[in-house]
Amino acid sequence: MSNDNSKSKQEVTSTDEFIKGLWRDNPVFVQVLGMCPVLAVSNTAENALAMGLATAFVLLMSNILVSLLRNFVPKQVRIASYILIIATFVTVTDYAIQAISVELHKSLGAFISLIVVNCLILSRAEAFASKNTIGKSILDALGMGLGFTLALFCLGAVREILGNGSIFNIPIFSDGYQSWIVMILPAGGFFTLALWLLIINAIQTRKVKS
Amino acid sequence: MSQTSNIEMHNPASSKKMLMAMVGIGIISAFLIVMTFELTLPRVQRLKAEALEKAILEVLPGTVRTQAFGVSTNGELVKIEEGDKTETTLYAGYDKDEMLVGYAIEAAGQGYADIIRILYGYDPDEQKLIGFQVLESKETPGLGDKIEKDEGFLNNFKALDVSVSEDGKLRNKVITVKQGEKQNPWEIDGITGATISSRAIGNIVGTSTTEVVPILYQEHKKDKTSQGQKQMESDEQR
Repeated sequence: MSNDNSKSKQEVTSTDEFIKGLWRDNPVFVQVLGMCPVLAVSNTAENALAMGLATAFVLLMSNILVSLLRNFVPKQVRIASYILIIATFVTVTDYAIQAISVELHKSLGAFISLIVVNCLILSRAEAFASKNTIGKSILDALGMGLGFTLALFCLGAVREILGNGSIFNIPIFSDGYQSWIVMILPAGGFFTLALWLLIINAIQTRKVKS
Repeated sequence: MSQTSNIEMHNPASSKKMLMAMVGIGIISAFLIVMTFELTLPRVQRLKAEALEKAILEVLPGTVRTQAFGVSTNGELVKIEEGDKTETTLYAGYDKDEMLVGYAIEAAGQGYADIIRILYGYDPDEQKLIGFQVLESKETPGLGDKIEKDEGFLNNFKALDVSVSEDGKLRNKVITVKQGEKQNPWEIDGITGATISSRAIGNIVGTSTTEVVPILYQEHKKDKTSQGQKQMESDEQR
């Protein structure tokens, strides 16, 4: 383990930049960032996937722009400019989702505009993109975005299966299945998140021990 | 005090830099947003119109052509051309023989979470509501959103009585009652577990029908008599 750590400090390969968002620094399961959309929009697998991809897109584009402008923006106004950049891409995403499907836009509702205040995006802009080259920032955004999408999907799938008896709107149980309505409600989000955190932490502790 | 002046003294030139950075980013942002808006607008409008068209066909079965109407201030129906906006919008649906199927009427009101927008179909010959659909709602998934999907609830709107009495008013206002307690043809059978949402629908439909249905009914009667007269005239000419 210690050997592993020192190696990653010495030379951070580009695959590391990508992989870390998926597992070691997963934004939801490890960093526990951006809880508002995680809990609110993960009630079905479809919503979770759409929300994850929308966030990943905003993260990618804002990381690119922040990294491009990193030598041009003075320190005092950096947070303001990051928010401006993020808000721009959120608006762009909002229009794009409307153009893709009215139904999808209906089900994601207010949570698209709330991507602006998703602390995951701001934290990547501040902690990574403003200090690294474009190439690295793109890899970082892809890893973090996909990690976020994956985590949301894990929650959404569990909640939809238990709460609705279906996955991607395809019923998987026979008609006699009594769905757990609580899993679709906000409380179910907390239960499912806790469950996943438990599993992931258990795996990681076991890894450290061995 | 000394600290603030210190900061100001420290970077006298940087305010210009800051301003430039913010303005620069602002310009890039504005350009990006306007570009996406312009690019997506036609498609968004088309999708929205399609969704509405689909909803109209749903609430007025058998419709092949629609015509939008607005209600003018003195309570008359006016045809509206594309682009016009009025407070109440309704759509007349005609079947393949150009006969009136009914009117699809848009209405909105407060639900549990947010404003609910609905569309319902009115048949002036039968004096009944014949269809209903939720256009937009943010009701709780799994509970309140049953107003969109629950079959028992939607069956209420297949023949909901909204007959107009002699004095030009609605005989009975539409109202939501508890599930299983529906006794009169103008009552909506509510949903257990979605009490507030189903009651909100009752309110929206009730308020909207009291306003619009009498106007439509009078208009329809006038149309019928004038049509009849025209028919007779043309018969005489022959």
